[in-house]
Amino acid sequence: MGNENVERVRRPWQDASGIALAALSGVAMCGALGMVFLYAPREVTMGDVQRIFYFHVASAWVGFFAFFVTFLAGVGYLVRGERSWDILALSSVEIGLTFITMTVVTGSLWARPVWGSYWTWEPRLTISAVQLLIYVAYRMLRAAIDSPERRARFAAVYGSVAFVTVPLSWFAIRWWRTIHPDVLTGGEGMTITPRMSHTLLVSLAAFTLLYATLLWQRVRLERAADALAHLRARLEVNRLSS
Amino acid sequence: MIQARDLFKSFGPRVALAGVNISVETGEFVTLVGPNGAGKTTLLRILATLTRPTSGAVQIAGLDPARAGSEARRRIGFLSHQTLLYDDLSAEQNLRFYARMYDLDAAAARVDDLLERVGLAARREDLVRTLSRGMHQRLALARSVLHRPQVLLLDEPYTGLDPQAAQALTDLLVELVGEGGTILLTTHNLERGLALGRRVVMLARGRVVCDKPRDSIDPATFGEAYQALATK
Amino acid sequence: MRFFLKVWAILVKDMAAELHTREMISAMLVFSILALLIFSFALDLRGATARAAAPGVLWATVAFAGTLGLSRSLAREQQAGCMDGLLLAPVDRSAIFFGKALGNAILMGLVEVVLLPLFSALFGVPLLRPGVLLVTALGTLGYAAVGTLLAAIAVNTRAREVMLPIMLLPLAIPALIASVRATGVLVEGGALGYAMGWVRLLVVYDLVIVAVALLTFGYVLEE
Repeated sequence: MGNENVERVRRPWQDASGIALAALSGVAMCGALGMVFLYAPREVTMGDVQRIFYFHVASAWVGFFAFFVTFLAGVGYLVRGERSWDILALSSVEIGLTFITMTVVTGSLWARPVWGSYWTWEPRLTISAVQLLIYVAYRMLRAAIDSPERRARFAAVYGSVAFVTVPLSWFAIRWWRTIHPDVLTGGEGMTITPRMSHTLLVSLAAFTLLYATLLWQRVRLERAADALAHLRARLEVNRLSS
Repeated sequence: MIQARDLFKSFGPRVALAGVNISVETGEFVTLVGPNGAGKTTLLRILATLTRPTSGAVQIAGLDPARAGSEARRRIGFLSHQTLLYDDLSAEQNLRFYARMYDLDAAAARVDDLLERVGLAARREDLVRTLSRGMHQRLALARSVLHRPQVLLLDEPYTGLDPQAAQALTDLLVELVGEGGTILLTTHNLERGLALGRRVVMLARGRVVCDKPRDSIDPATFGEAYQALATK
Repeated sequence: MRFFLKVWAILVKDMAAELHTREMISAMLVFSILALLIFSFALDLRGATARAAAPGVLWATVAFAGTLGLSRSLAREQQAGCMDGLLLAPVDRSAIFFGKALGNAILMGLVEVVLLPLFSALFGVPLLRPGVLLVTALGTLGYAAVGTLLAAIAVNTRAREVMLPIMLLPLAIPALIASVRATGVLVEGGALGYAMGWVRLLVVYDLVIVAVALLTFGYVLEE
């Protein structure tokens, strides 16, 4: 059993895929950056600071998508009971947490020059903050359980319940903000032109590719850690019985 | 009545049971001995349907717990060093509650009868919190046989009992065997193990290392072998 | 039928145990009153400010007091291995969930029975109306349901008292927002119709949570 794990970590086509993904997302990122700063027009109301929008929305999308992946991986673990589903779940959470933090930070940086305050209770920003807190709670839960099997199971259950409440939170927050519109937010105030849509799409694609690259590497890292732990355990058993 | 084949159970990297084969006939009283960490509790919990094995087959009272869990549970009684009793309820309330959980008919009569048999009728309305350790164990025994199980699994039930309470427990067990029940009891106390069961199984490091009728065992050599395993 | 009898038995058992000690309900009540005091000082709640803030302060208090009861309810099953006792019996795992969740909802309800009149008197808001009571009931049921599921998880972790609020509060947001908004509309004299959107959200939330809990509670209880 141990030998297979070691060989799996070193398989060349996995390395090649990782490199290919990284290269692809590198290209896409450069493309997106180029488009954001050179191709997209200067927005009428907000000026150049509006360009942060492309990164903000893209990371918000990835943040939510990563959560969705965690949800599916959790359900997969509960149904199948295999460690690979759990590895996918925990990897997606780590990366999703990074992106959702970026969402909140970029949202905050954007809010300041446009609306005069570092925070607005704008629905998308608020729901991103909520997702951030859920991600953190998920990580803390995992850290607070010793047994690996229980950790995977509990995390899967929490991930499922949590994910299911996100759309409901989104509606609740949106209705709350429409009924009581803030003088500070008052809507986006942004006009979208076709060139901006193109830029946004490329940005979304680039960020998604980046997510996939990071996810791939993180999953491989966890698998390698597992293999190491197994080898260590076997070494220990051999040492004890000799 | 109890059958376990090729049972494996691992908790992450730690292997608790490494291929256990054990079978207990109806009406047998078998004691399971072994040093701490041998896997006795894990084995009993699997047989009691509290845990699922990583691999292997289990049959209790002719049923597969993985498939007919509810039915199997009706036929199993379990007693461990934990009492499984609610501190903030009275002795009677505890038994009445479990009677409901097991869908017992004529629950009140059954509860009264058992309270008499374990000698707790006078303390029936006292909160479990106020009872002594010996009384806890007697009440726990009542709880475990409330639903007239065909199989009784006991995990180190003598822990923390004074000689008087221990004798009371033994008497009750003998009575149960007389009524045709099947009993599997674990203990790390070798003398008690040899005294109680008609057959003795020794477990060490997740494997069965010995399985013999009590009468064919020489206490001295058995004791030496046990010591050897325990200190290894 | 036996299913409901078992749910009822579990519920009664929890209520009986609580009756003997009264420790949870008194802790929740004392905490709630203290929270009310702190909110009043911190936000300087008087007059119109008080009336506007009342629904929010009420639900914040209920939410935090709720976590006390939820933790304790599941911790009680861990003493002396009682949860094993339930799992050994031929009881549907969902019956255990319903029994405990309803018990927790009732305990929160008992606290609310004291808080609602208290808030009405202190803040001058008419909280004892059928509409508000309906919203309170729906919100409490949803909160108790998700809280019971998460408490069952939290009680098996290292820092159990701390983990529950951290896990629970982000997930309770839809119920909290909906309850506060609906109560707010109703005390300002709006008819139930205006608050219907929020009530609908509460009902959907409750149903979704119960559905997910039924599907996953078994996985939480198993060893």
